Amino acid sequence: MITEIGAFAAVLALALSLLQGVLGIVAPRSDANSAAMRVAALAGAFLVAIAFAALVVAFVRSDFSLAVVVGHSHTDKPLMYKIAGAWGNHEGSMLLWCLVSAVFAAALAWRRGTQDEGLWRRAVGVQGFVTAGALVYTLFLSNPFARLDPAPMQGAGLNPLLQDPALAAHPPMLYLGYVGLSVPFSLALAALIEGRADQNWAKALRPWTLAAWTCLTLGIGLGSYWAYYELGWGGWWFWDPVENASFMPWLAACALVHSAIVTERRGSFAGWTVLLAIIGFGLALLGTFLVRSGVLTSVHAFAVDPRRGIAVLVLLALALGAGFGLYGWRARTLGRASGFAAVSRESMLLWNNYGFAVAAGIVLIGTLYPMLVEAAGGGLISVGPPFFNATVAPILAALFLVLPFGPMLTWRAGDLGAAARALWPALTAALLTLAATLVASHGRAAPAIGLAIGVWLVAGGLVYFWVRLRRGEGGLLRKIVLLPLAVWSMSAAHIGAGVLTIGAVGETGFRSERAAALIPGESVDFAGRRVTLLEIGAWEGPNYSATRANFRVERGADVRTVSAERRFYPTAAAPTTEVGILSDFDGDLYLALGEPAERGSAAWIVRIYHNPLVQFIFGGVLLMTLGGALSLLALLRRSGEA
Amino acid sequence: MRRRDQRLIMIAIAAAVLVTAIMLTLVGLRSSVVYFVKPSELAEKAQSGRRIRLGGLVVEGTLRRTGTVAQFSVTDGATIVEVRYDGLLPDLFREGQGVVAEGTWAPGEAFAAERVLAKHDENYMPREVTEALKQGGEWRGGRPP
Repeated sequence: MITEIGAFAAVLALALSLLQGVLGIVAPRSDANSAAMRVAALAGAFLVAIAFAALVVAFVRSDFSLAVVVGHSHTDKPLMYKIAGAWGNHEGSMLLWCLVSAVFAAALAWRRGTQDEGLWRRAVGVQGFVTAGALVYTLFLSNPFARLDPAPMQGAGLNPLLQDPALAAHPPMLYLGYVGLSVPFSLALAALIEGRADQNWAKALRPWTLAAWTCLTLGIGLGSYWAYYELGWGGWWFWDPVENASFMPWLAACALVHSAIVTERRGSFAGWTVLLAIIGFGLALLGTFLVRSGVLTSVHAFAVDPRRGIAVLVLLALALGAGFGLYGWRARTLGRASGFAAVSRESMLLWNNYGFAVAAGIVLIGTLYPMLVEAAGGGLISVGPPFFNATVAPILAALFLVLPFGPMLTWRAGDLGAAARALWPALTAALLTLAATLVASHGRAAPAIGLAIGVWLVAGGLVYFWVRLRRGEGGLLRKIVLLPLAVWSMSAAHIGAGVLTIGAVGETGFRSERAAALIPGESVDFAGRRVTLLEIGAWEGPNYSATRANFRVERGADVRTVSAERRFYPTAAAPTTEVGILSDFDGDLYLALGEPAERGSAAWIVRIYHNPLVQFIFGGVLLMTLGGALSLLALLRRSGEA
Repeated sequence: MRRRDQRLIMIAIAAAVLVTAIMLTLVGLRSSVVYFVKPSELAEKAQSGRRIRLGGLVVEGTLRRTGTVAQFSVTDGATIVEVRYDGLLPDLFREGQGVVAEGTWAPGEAFAAERVLAKHDENYMPREVTEALKQGGEWRGGRPP
């Protein structure tokens, strides 16, 4: 019964979102139409929420008359993963996509912000069509409410790799980011239809862009963290096409967050900001296509129905066609350009956008190249980490070299000499890092330069913070309290980027690993530590059985124990690895338990990794997320006052 | 400096960055792309020292371990290739099932794998393996994934 209500609610929501689109784009402008559009958006969001709740209830109650529940749930599963199972599959995740889009449409409809009436109703209208497109795809090509008759007694269970807290939160965060980019897209199309992208328009755009960027950052970070501790391969980023699918919209969002600032403060870059908003959502849709179509060979590619891939491509073509078409036709009507010098805040933000755009382009080429080669009959190839490390890293390094100058320069024309004088402590710290790393690593240039750039970003961010703090009035405490939120947020985000760089370079450049066959009681020396296998035994979890190994790790006087497991989920008939991780400030010791070395032998294969500075990666992501959240808070507070 | 000169300098830097990026991309695509080969193509397509991906079925009863080193044979139905790998095999590695090994090969030696990828779940086969098996006439499954 609840299922029927859910399916019915989703169909009604489709009708309402179409109505919302028609009222915003086609219907003549009137107060009655605007009021009706607002009601349609709110009611639509409410109905999609009911549909999604119905699906969650079906998962919680293990209603095996639903095909998705049978395919992805099991009565033995802990409650948390029954709930998370609702979006841990293709159909449910598409319904989540619809839910986010509809809720954003309602929020956009309800909060007019500083927008004028004309732009506002166009944007809500476009958002209505975006939601409608997602609902059509969900209801007709991946219906989560499809029944099975007769209903089986038991389900197939959720892939055990996905039964994990970080991964329960990863899809909703990522979707908030992906779909969050649909609002800037709607605002961009509204600007093109109305023929203006002025400073007020950019003011309305910025909170949405920041919210999307913040959620994407955290979502990608969670996915990376999960891959690090759950897959047992010792790595955190594999340049897998699925990772690239989320990395490309993130790069576009990075550029958009910054270009929208210029459009708001100076009125410049209006056309470019509009174009970026279209490209950003286009890349988010492309990401959805890559992940959901099955063209990729990955754990994410659970859709094997080619019609779905084609349908996403059609939606992508519609969105990009409308976006680029309108842009080509109307871009000349947008905004005005105001001049700026080669050394100014504007020019720095221009370089920022240039760097992110070039990086996104390279990732796009590297991701699509294998598909193009295969389609052209050139055989099967894969483009992996060596390509991306050799291309994306230098571009980002160049971008990060100029980054600390940006916040130090004023609008229109900045004083490069003054900025350089203020930044000299950061430069000193970076050069010292470079020299020290070169000596310690016996002349390995690439990681030394990378670490130096990370330190340059962190120290540069601290210098900016200090300069702004000194400018305040009164005592130190008063200065700290009165410091604008925007300064806090920018410092946190830029320092976070530096911390992430330090971690990424340190882990990639200096990680070490070794495999050993150990009998209980036996030891192996590795990375300045002595690792001893203490014992191996059986262990029963709530819905799995495991082989657990306990290790003792001695590092000088510091002695700790850690365990690693191989888990067997009977519902999945496949083992998974639970690694043991010992974290220190300077890195992780990471232990994965393999299989018995030989048949009948008491020795087990153990793989040990030393991942230096790996915490900096996730710490940097958290700092960047914090920066985004603080900036969002500052913008919302400002628009509340206005 | 005049506005116009400043603009010219910025355009010159932008062009230099773009040219560098294009060069890096082209060189990268030439040198770091990893080709996928079937066991029967190995002798013809592999250049010694160059990384390739070898895909096929693990031959039943060929998995042997010595300490941390695993050795097994991979086939596409036509040719059998010996693979040597020092490290942990993935959780889903099974004899008789699909596998992709990435590494290098030289004539007269076993394929030296640096990474071994098994299918990600029980319903899923790496697409490269499916292609290899279909071409080798070994495909027994239903519709290809």
